[in-house]
Amino acid sequence: MRIASFLRQCQAVTAYNLSTVWQRRAVSAVAVFGIAAVAGVLVAVLSMATGFRAVVAGQARDDVAVVLRGGLTSETSSILDREDIQVLEVAPGVARGAGGTLVSPELFVVIDRQKIGVGTDANVPLRGVEDAAYEVRGNIEIVEGRRFEPGRNEVIVGVGAAASFEGLNLGERIDVGRASWEVVGHFSAGGGVSESEIWTDNRVLQQLYQRGNSFNSALVRLSDADAFEDFRDAIENDPRVNLSTMTQTTYLAEQSAVIEVFISVLGWFVVALMSVGAVFAALNTMYAAVSTRAREIGTLRALGFNRLPVMVSVVTESLAFAAIGSVLGGGASWLLFDGFRAATLNWASFSQVAFAFRVTPDLLAQAIVLSLGIGAIGGFLPAVSAVRGSVVATLREQ
Amino acid sequence: MSETDSAGNGPMVEARGVVRTFRRGRTAVPVLRGLDLRIADGEFLSLMGPSGSGKSTLLNLVAGLDRPNEGEVVVGGAPIHRLSERRLAAWRARNIGFVFQFSNLLAGLTAEKNVALPLLLTSFSGAERKRRVAIALEIVGLSDRARHRPRELSGGEQQRVGIARALVNDPALLVCDEPTGDLDRKTSGEILDLLAALNREQGKTILMVTHDPEAAARGSRTLHMLDGQLSATAEAEAVVA
Repeated sequence: MRIASFLRQCQAVTAYNLSTVWQRRAVSAVAVFGIAAVAGVLVAVLSMATGFRAVVAGQARDDVAVVLRGGLTSETSSILDREDIQVLEVAPGVARGAGGTLVSPELFVVIDRQKIGVGTDANVPLRGVEDAAYEVRGNIEIVEGRRFEPGRNEVIVGVGAAASFEGLNLGERIDVGRASWEVVGHFSAGGGVSESEIWTDNRVLQQLYQRGNSFNSALVRLSDADAFEDFRDAIENDPRVNLSTMTQTTYLAEQSAVIEVFISVLGWFVVALMSVGAVFAALNTMYAAVSTRAREIGTLRALGFNRLPVMVSVVTESLAFAAIGSVLGGGASWLLFDGFRAATLNWASFSQVAFAFRVTPDLLAQAIVLSLGIGAIGGFLPAVSAVRGSVVATLREQ
Repeated sequence: MSETDSAGNGPMVEARGVVRTFRRGRTAVPVLRGLDLRIADGEFLSLMGPSGSGKSTLLNLVAGLDRPNEGEVVVGGAPIHRLSERRLAAWRARNIGFVFQFSNLLAGLTAEKNVALPLLLTSFSGAERKRRVAIALEIVGLSDRARHRPRELSGGEQQRVGIARALVNDPALLVCDEPTGDLDRKTSGEILDLLAALNREQGKTILMVTHDPEAAARGSRTLHMLDGQLSATAEAEAVVA
């Protein structure tokens, strides 16, 4: 009985409060838009980190091993020679394809290209590969043109790089030093980090950069993910070589961690500052709402309504503003930023990674939770002030 | 000073040795100083006095909106000075009908929804609540204005809705805080006629605070307050005047 009465009181006072919001629409809009701004910025910034992670690590596989010089964690400083590759080819657990073992020795350099729409130069990865590179990754697809021919000055360009940098259309030429490469194809890689790269033949790149018969890294496709431990034990304990290895998933997660953490920390810092402002906007709105209804609140309490339903109604109203704000802000960010393409520096490889902002349900949920938190704080203090005074004192307020 | 009714009925309100002191910073301001009051069941008592004399404080104590620092307040046999705030709120909802000076209607609700507010605190069914609201509006002559909001009603009609809200729970005691203070003379007369009819025909006990001697004269008895004390005559006020 008591609970039913309490619920009836809550429902009645809350419904009444909400029915009068339109009369207080200007000050209510301040709270809604303040919270919407916070939710929007949160979603926008974190969608950048999510998009970056999805590109760098999203296509990573546990049955692909990345092999580097012993003790190193990035291919930019790693050097492997042909003998190292030969050891890998006979290591346990390595998968076989149509052309033999699936080991892809790769050379990694960066070249300058102009960013579309920005006009400044940026480092673009130029990767030397062999035929095995396609089969080891398993997700490379020529979407326009054809593959480069081994031994010729031809390149294929990932679709992310083609969309982000000048001069990478089919038929255009890339001049680096004395060499000039023709773009003969565009490829996709399932949305992965390879789409930010330019690929050419290993041997051509070795000659141009005078790398002899050396490489930076090797990608090795294993028979399955369970084969990794035996593979790692074999090559890391082989006295003939000094190599270390990790799964592609681990490697790319480490590659993306720095910038992802940077974006997230920066994003949350900005959002935290904005949240303080939004809390004050919500407080201002709800204090104004409570102030204009002081006599009505006093009347309800005189009639026998308890303090708690009045408090619940004020907090509920604030939460309603927060929910609307989070939907507006999150929705706006989703419309504006989801799929928005950008390129940024991957600090692990000092080269550009093209990626698209990704607004995920998880991000929207975070925005809603944060907004409701702001709404709860913004509503609680005015709710307390609404019922703090005696009934008589509240009735006297105008 | 002790006051007794002249009607000979049992007491609806009995206040004994009531002390109410407010604090203004570090200063204690005594408003009621050992006051005694008795209002008989079915009585219509008018309470007059200058501003600050303590009449509203006394009305608030009798209505259960406030509690005395000392003394006892017994209403309808219930020692309300002992009730906790939550129990006091529940007691008010069942036993007291409030009529405020400015009607205090909720601007966003229609007349019938305003009248129905006290019923939300009861266990009545929806149908019973509707029936009671209809009866209350009929008593005050506003059945045809049930769907109107306060801004669509005249001042007198708003006060009638306020009275309907006070009646809807069928309380034994109506407390009226200057119910005609915001109305013109003609409308005041209509409201006082309504209160007198409720007292006469339905046996409601009424405690009415007013500044208007003509309004006070509609009651069956008038008491005057000065400096927190009651008097049966207007001498106290005459001194102030």
